[in-house]
Amino acid sequence: MIEVQNLTKHYGPVTAIQDVSFRVAPGEVVGFLGPNGAGKSTTMRILSCFMPASGGTARVAGYDVFRDSMEVRKRIGYLPESVPLYNEMRVAPYLDFVAEVKGVGRGERRRRVADAMDRCLIADVQNRLIGTLSKGYRQRVGLAQALVSDPHVLILDEPTIGLDPRQIAEIRALIKSLAGEHTVILSTHILPEVSMVCSSVVIINKGTIVAQGPIDMLVEQFFPSSRVEVELAKADPAARAAMRAIPGVVGVTELSADGGGRYLVESARGRDVRAEIFQLAADQHWSLRELRRVGMTLEEVFMRVVAGEETALDGAPVEPPVEPKP
Amino acid sequence: MRVWPIFKKEMRIFFTSVVAYVILAIFLLVMGWFFSQIFQYYAQATVRAGMSPMMGQQDLNTTDGILRPLFSNIAVILLLSLMPLLTMRLFAEERRSGTIELLLTYPIRDGAVLLGKYTAALAFYGILLALTLLYPLMIFYMGGRVEWGAVLTGYVGLLLLGSAFMAVGLFASSLTENQIVAAVTTFGILLMFWVIGWGADAAGGAWWGKLLQHLSITDHFESFGKGVFETKDIIYYVDFTLLALFLTLRSLEARRWKG
Repeated sequence: MIEVQNLTKHYGPVTAIQDVSFRVAPGEVVGFLGPNGAGKSTTMRILSCFMPASGGTARVAGYDVFRDSMEVRKRIGYLPESVPLYNEMRVAPYLDFVAEVKGVGRGERRRRVADAMDRCLIADVQNRLIGTLSKGYRQRVGLAQALVSDPHVLILDEPTIGLDPRQIAEIRALIKSLAGEHTVILSTHILPEVSMVCSSVVIINKGTIVAQGPIDMLVEQFFPSSRVEVELAKADPAARAAMRAIPGVVGVTELSADGGGRYLVESARGRDVRAEIFQLAADQHWSLRELRRVGMTLEEVFMRVVAGEETALDGAPVEPPVEPKP
Repeated sequence: MRVWPIFKKEMRIFFTSVVAYVILAIFLLVMGWFFSQIFQYYAQATVRAGMSPMMGQQDLNTTDGILRPLFSNIAVILLLSLMPLLTMRLFAEERRSGTIELLLTYPIRDGAVLLGKYTAALAFYGILLALTLLYPLMIFYMGGRVEWGAVLTGYVGLLLLGSAFMAVGLFASSLTENQIVAAVTTFGILLMFWVIGWGADAAGGAWWGKLLQHLSITDHFESFGKGVFETKDIIYYVDFTLLALFLTLRSLEARRWKG
């Protein structure tokens, strides 16, 4: 649905993005991740036809954003980062205006506006001036504006910023419910949000893509081992060697040096050694306090690819950036 | 071309914000003052004319005595204050608040955005002008003889003049995100065209004197006040307007091409 190839954008001498390539399949919800200033908004502005790229191509629903801009614009809903709205308009007339400009017929408009207000939970402020709304409401009016024409593709730049925790949960549920029928690309720097909402991610840093793919695949790629954390009542030098000897275990690290017995057991991916460790503890009469799998999170992947340099100092190997798929 | 929704939106914003009402109120206040002053002056002149047989030769009609000075005063006030204030917001505010980012990513042509905004400003100006119809009606009601033909040409002239001013204002507004800059630029451009004809006197009969004369925005207004439609004057204002609107469109499109 979205195909971006070697997209480059210069602002004068500053290069905002360089050779960015990725694709988003129809019905997918993709998280666009990166630290501030990485080039997320620039990419989204190009995708939404607001500004042209310096090089490369971007296609949305098969149309080039530069040559067939009008066709692309008919098919997208866009929410810019700053949520620009007309403060002098009231919510319902504003959404009606957006729907009309986007070509929604008179008969259908009323229903679509009401529907968008319901979905974004703003029906209670429909007669208020937008300028008097709180940040959370503004954000949701902005989202309603993107949804009101029921577009195929949604480009949302930080859609949950400025919302309170309950609203964040509601908006995330809303975005999640859009998957399937709509293709969504949303940028954020809140990592748990991505794991909750998105099926795959594109991680961008300093203007170039450093990793992309489905979340579990990325985790697998960057953390090829599975890990189990073990806590024994008492540290035992023999325990370490015994656990290391379990087939499939590739390493055991002692986590705490202050007498407690915490170990991190790494094994080949897909190999669950918890049962064996339990059996071992039972045989050796160790009193086992805790035994749990440590989930490899997107956060760790992100930290590794974005802040690779710091991780390297800790001795962990830094994976080479994933080649963008052509 | 989806001009209508943009037009509606602009009108809505005009009348939700205080600006429209302030402009209406100030305009009517100033016009009322002008009218009463011109009217008194005219009344005194007719009394004096009645007493002195020598002045009886002079043609003292209401068109020349009241309406023409009134029209040229409207023209001056429009130039000096109202037009820059009316148009400065149109694009500059969209840029400043960032709403232009959404507006220009909707499936609507830049030309439609421009026309929607322009016609909305024109409609508001039309309302202002319509309210001044009160003055000729007042003269008529008080028993004065009103030459309706001259009133008509006067209003057509004001409409054309205002269209040209507004197109310049729209252009200036499209260049900046600062409303003050837009207003001052509009004012400067219009003032230049207002006084450019003064150079013609210094030039005597030289060709560039005629050129300056032709460029002058005021010289073309005179015929309308006299109750005459001069094709060359109408063409001047239409050209002026189209050129300014064309430049505005280019300035909007420039953003799409800046790689």
